[in-house]
Amino acid sequence: MELKSAILELIRQAATDLSPDVEKVLSQAYEREDKGAPAKSVFDTILENVRQARENSTPICQDTGSLIFYIDFPEGHSEKSYREAVNWAAVEATNLQYLRPNAVDPVNGKNSGNNIGINAPFLQFHQWDKDEVRIRLMLKGGGSENVGAQYKLPQAPLKAGRDLKGVRKVIIDAVLKAQGLGCAPGVIGVGIGGDRVTSYILSKKQFFKKIGQRNPRKELADLEVELYKDLNKLGIGPMGFGGKTTVLDVFVETQHRHPACYFVAISYTCWAFRRKSMTIRNGEVSYD
Amino acid sequence: MIKLTIPISDEEIRKLKVGDEVLLSGVIVTARDQAHKLMVEEKPDFIRDDLKESVIYHCGPVVKKSPEGVWSFVSAGPTTSIREEPYQSDVICEYTVRGVIGKGGMGDKTAEGLKKCGAVYFHAVGGAGTLIANAVKMVKTVYKLEEFGTPEAFWVIEVEDLPLVVTMDSHGGSLHKEILEKSTQIANDILKI
Repeated sequence: MELKSAILELIRQAATDLSPDVEKVLSQAYEREDKGAPAKSVFDTILENVRQARENSTPICQDTGSLIFYIDFPEGHSEKSYREAVNWAAVEATNLQYLRPNAVDPVNGKNSGNNIGINAPFLQFHQWDKDEVRIRLMLKGGGSENVGAQYKLPQAPLKAGRDLKGVRKVIIDAVLKAQGLGCAPGVIGVGIGGDRVTSYILSKKQFFKKIGQRNPRKELADLEVELYKDLNKLGIGPMGFGGKTTVLDVFVETQHRHPACYFVAISYTCWAFRRKSMTIRNGEVSYD
Repeated sequence: MIKLTIPISDEEIRKLKVGDEVLLSGVIVTARDQAHKLMVEEKPDFIRDDLKESVIYHCGPVVKKSPEGVWSFVSAGPTTSIREEPYQSDVICEYTVRGVIGKGGMGDKTAEGLKKCGAVYFHAVGGAGTLIANAVKMVKTVYKLEEFGTPEAFWVIEVEDLPLVVTMDSHGGSLHKEILEKSTQIANDILKI
């Protein structure tokens, strides 16, 4: 097993092959829409596009996103070797058109042309006790990133207080404001508590969950289910054309907060919900 | 399904209404953030002939160059249009553009421009990058590639039967406004505010 080519394959799969859990709920959403409705033809186009991308090994969406890696590794491994392998794979994946060059210098507007830049790709390392390596990748599109939001409770205009009822209100507000702009139907990741930074980190980590995976804490699982129902009542529909499916799932997670702070961070990912994971065990690689 | 071929006349474009499904063919131009800023601030002439009675596509494609130096589109769905709101109506009127393709819809200033200068907003399916790239038959030329980079360059492309839906017309109609109003009402009921 060569690490760098295994990571290249991870990128290829993430960009071109939508995970089965996501494709399944998109098919169900297609079935739910009425015949002749614009929403139905949008889902039809989406599903056909997913099939073609997989078959041709071309990007599902031309916005192949920001590359965000989460790497869990055993004691004694060097972070540097992972960074080098990731950078090589990102350049190669750009050359092979699995990725669009998406790293731009904010000072002069120059696109680096190969997805390499300051903090790009973004890597988060975590050393663990297991004798295996797990590399998770998220390709996070820019349009959906722009509709993410962070709220500080209480919120007077929404009458949202510092409790789960208040949390529910701001999430509904965020999805309402997003309309179709984040390529609805989206998946919603919510991070409650922590600070400005960690609430967003938590919200984004939710995207590694599988569709339908509920929070083990009952209050939060109930909130997820209730929000899924409420948000789909909004009628925004795919692309904001109107329809029965506005979100594909909602994941909520919490962390302890400072007594003075109550942050709710909401990350939105488009229907082209691209994340893959690879595990290296005894030199063997498996992808999920 | 309405078949539309470029060049499009003022009369033809004003016949379109919100909800019409269209198959568009002909030579169109991709332009997004840096391109729109340039078109408003410097009004360059190099793009004038390509844009006249044609359509702008808000798109930053994934492209491929063959060993012979020929460009092709690999993945090419729409990007979010609202970022061009400050510029769009001026660009439409300055260059006699008959339509804009994007996703998410645009605001009141653009809606006014559509009315005044005879144009519509076409919605493509966001994320359908591979499928839409298959409707791009040829890359005719590219401008500002070095300066702006791949996603932001002006790609002049020939499309065949590109599937689109009119979501803003030249009579003030907007599906986006309609859905926003309806969904806000529903949200207010749920939130009891």
